[in-house]
Amino acid sequence: MTTSARAYEYIDGATAIVRGALDAGCTFFAGYPITPASAILMQMTNELPKVGGVAMQGEDEIASIGMCIGAAMAGAKAMTASSAPGLSLYSENIGLAIMGEVPLVIVHMQRLGPATGGATTVAQGDVQFVRWGTGGGYPVIVLAPSTVPESYALTVKAFELAERFRLPVFVVSDKELGMTLSAVDVADYPAVEPVERPTRTSGLPHAFDQPGKVSPIRQYGEGDPFRVTGSTHDEGAYITKLPEKVAALNEHLIAKIEDHLDELEFVDADLDAGAKTLVISYGVSAGASRAAVEQSRDGGTPTSMLVVHSLWPVPERALAEAMEGIERVIVPELNMGLYRREIERIAGDRDVLGVNRIDGELITLEEIVDTFS
Amino acid sequence: MSTITVTPIATYRTEDKYPFCPGCGHSIILDRLNEAMIRLDMDPSQVVLVSDIGCVGLSDEYFTTSAFHGLHGRSSTYATGIKLANPELDVIVLMGDGGTGIGGTHLLSAARRNIGITVIVMNNLNFGMTGGQHSVTTPEAGVTPTTPLGNLEHPLDIVATVGVNGAAYAYRGSSFDKDIADRLVEAIEKPGFALLDIWDLCTAYYIRANKFTRAGMEEDMRSWGLEPGLLYERDVVEYADGYRRIHADLAGKPPPTPRPIPVTHEHHLDRPMSIVVAGSAGGKIRSAVKSVAFGAIKSGLWAAQRDDFPVTVKAGHSVSQLWLSPEPMPLRTVTRPDVLLIISGDGFAKAGPYLERMTAEDLVITIPDYAELDTDAKVVVFDPKAATERIPKTSMGLVYTTIAMTMVDPFPLDALRDVCSAGSFAEVNLQAMNTGLELAG
Repeated sequence: MTTSARAYEYIDGATAIVRGALDAGCTFFAGYPITPASAILMQMTNELPKVGGVAMQGEDEIASIGMCIGAAMAGAKAMTASSAPGLSLYSENIGLAIMGEVPLVIVHMQRLGPATGGATTVAQGDVQFVRWGTGGGYPVIVLAPSTVPESYALTVKAFELAERFRLPVFVVSDKELGMTLSAVDVADYPAVEPVERPTRTSGLPHAFDQPGKVSPIRQYGEGDPFRVTGSTHDEGAYITKLPEKVAALNEHLIAKIEDHLDELEFVDADLDAGAKTLVISYGVSAGASRAAVEQSRDGGTPTSMLVVHSLWPVPERALAEAMEGIERVIVPELNMGLYRREIERIAGDRDVLGVNRIDGELITLEEIVDTFS
Repeated sequence: MSTITVTPIATYRTEDKYPFCPGCGHSIILDRLNEAMIRLDMDPSQVVLVSDIGCVGLSDEYFTTSAFHGLHGRSSTYATGIKLANPELDVIVLMGDGGTGIGGTHLLSAARRNIGITVIVMNNLNFGMTGGQHSVTTPEAGVTPTTPLGNLEHPLDIVATVGVNGAAYAYRGSSFDKDIADRLVEAIEKPGFALLDIWDLCTAYYIRANKFTRAGMEEDMRSWGLEPGLLYERDVVEYADGYRRIHADLAGKPPPTPRPIPVTHEHHLDRPMSIVVAGSAGGKIRSAVKSVAFGAIKSGLWAAQRDDFPVTVKAGHSVSQLWLSPEPMPLRTVTRPDVLLIISGDGFAKAGPYLERMTAEDLVITIPDYAELDTDAKVVVFDPKAATERIPKTSMGLVYTTIAMTMVDPFPLDALRDVCSAGSFAEVNLQAMNTGLELAG
């Protein structure tokens, strides 16, 4: 046999997330130990001091995200990482970061729930939880890698978007994607340049009067004093109940995302001309999905594949395009159809079938292939 | 030579009147804070007032410094993040007894860490904003809407809590004390965590329902075993400072970059191969499979390893699935392995679904205990007792994966030997590999 020309390293997804964060310019991390996110905490503990940053183990997840929010407003690019029990404790501070327009990256390593569930058991049960995990219903951005190189690239992207839109951006992975070791061709990592944080040293900390635009961030210690608040506020972060100002704030928090939906659609579309079947998946389930589609094509049946990288906002345009000419949509996921409902509302009359497991095992290639016939 | 005259800032207050009830002690405490800042001639752009929730949470809008108004009880967590990211800042937390209760663990942790922040607890013994409900500092027998027949809880000694747990500075007093501004100056200047528990009157609720007055406040404190005064003071290493000091040698070292594994051998596969090793935790199953993966990659193969183990890492099962392939594959589970190694009872307990699906083309390698397996696969038994040297539990994984490699031969054994020869476990690993070769014959 010939030897491969590829240059492989052997690496897990958690390590790729850490590297992505460092290459994106992350300088602050705080987290609380929890399987399967602990590897990120431990690696950040070792790596951040090298770049002059700080990594903390908080007394709990509330403190960890609180420290990240404080650090972000004092000039750091901040990240935390946890799983559903920790996301439960992040909840109120996710709202604060949305309200205060604080850039923040939250890595969410899914495990089997509810409650303590299975610490070392895979699941994808939190894809709605990350979107609706705090009060008010305001938008956040949720990215979902499905491979090790994507774990790296989408973590970098998460920092870029968090800075640009000044809000919490989630990177959703899971136990298997985070802890499975695989050979990765080092050429598969995209080259990245850390995005400079746009800042200013005077003026109001928020701007609501330019539709869809976000004011450059103010940072403590730089220039004039300024404020941040978790209460409903005006552009100076002073608490207000005046309806027109309340509306300006809240509409801004929505418009800054909704006016840019086209720029927030990230998918890996591998569409096959003439395909009647489209598999839509994300995260770890995309692995068996890609393999099943490959097998179907090898058998002579055109089959389309779309891996969703931006779970939220839902990439509606890309999904609708991929569904053109499609009669049947298959959605494999490790829950009972939590993301399928987002597909169904776009799918019109098409059959939308789920392939679902909640037993802690991965969906198999065979289970997906069975739905093709 | 001309003399430059620097005029200190006259006030850090805005022109707005405080929003508090007549007689509320919060206004007095905030005026003392203003006085302390004037005395220290602080740069308002380098001061961050971090306010909590409740009446005290309204305070920060009345100052010209920077401010962060966060969530209930979490103020010291934001303050910690701010201080760690920019240790030059003066970070002052303004919170009440409510925030102290809900965020108790945060205060305690900030004190233990000696984060260089100053915490002012405006302690009016009840929830003044939400209707006068009892708080963690409401005295025993205190009457509030949620303790109408008298409080049955013991009040929290905030000063002792932070004081015995490492705080650099912990003071208890009241809004009527003449020296509050002096104490604030000391606290702000003190390296490490400083807390002032300053009692004041809630004129809307607590003093209306209880006999609690300015005149009797100190006597009441003492009667409840809560002495006033500067009760804890010690020299400490401030955390942000200490953190930077102990990490100084790491600064400037390069962060991790991808390090490809050099290809030194040629593999023998023309299609993907799946191997499952089912053993016990503590048997170095994952390490052994990782060694095989490295050997495969050194031979130009692609590899992926999915491990299954319970939360207790040294007890129970340890099962690793390994894919080897000439071409990269999407990540997926192994349902029917080409080769299954069952090398312990814990492993056997997890092997059922694999055995059920395996066919005559597949191979099971196991120990004598499982010689009579119910499977269509070919079963080959190797007795660990047949080895010249006793096999330690921690070598079982590598001994049996070596046997498997000799039988299915996906890549040269020399590649595996290269991997085993590297690192601090080289001797043990090479011994295990040799034992495997010996058993395989």
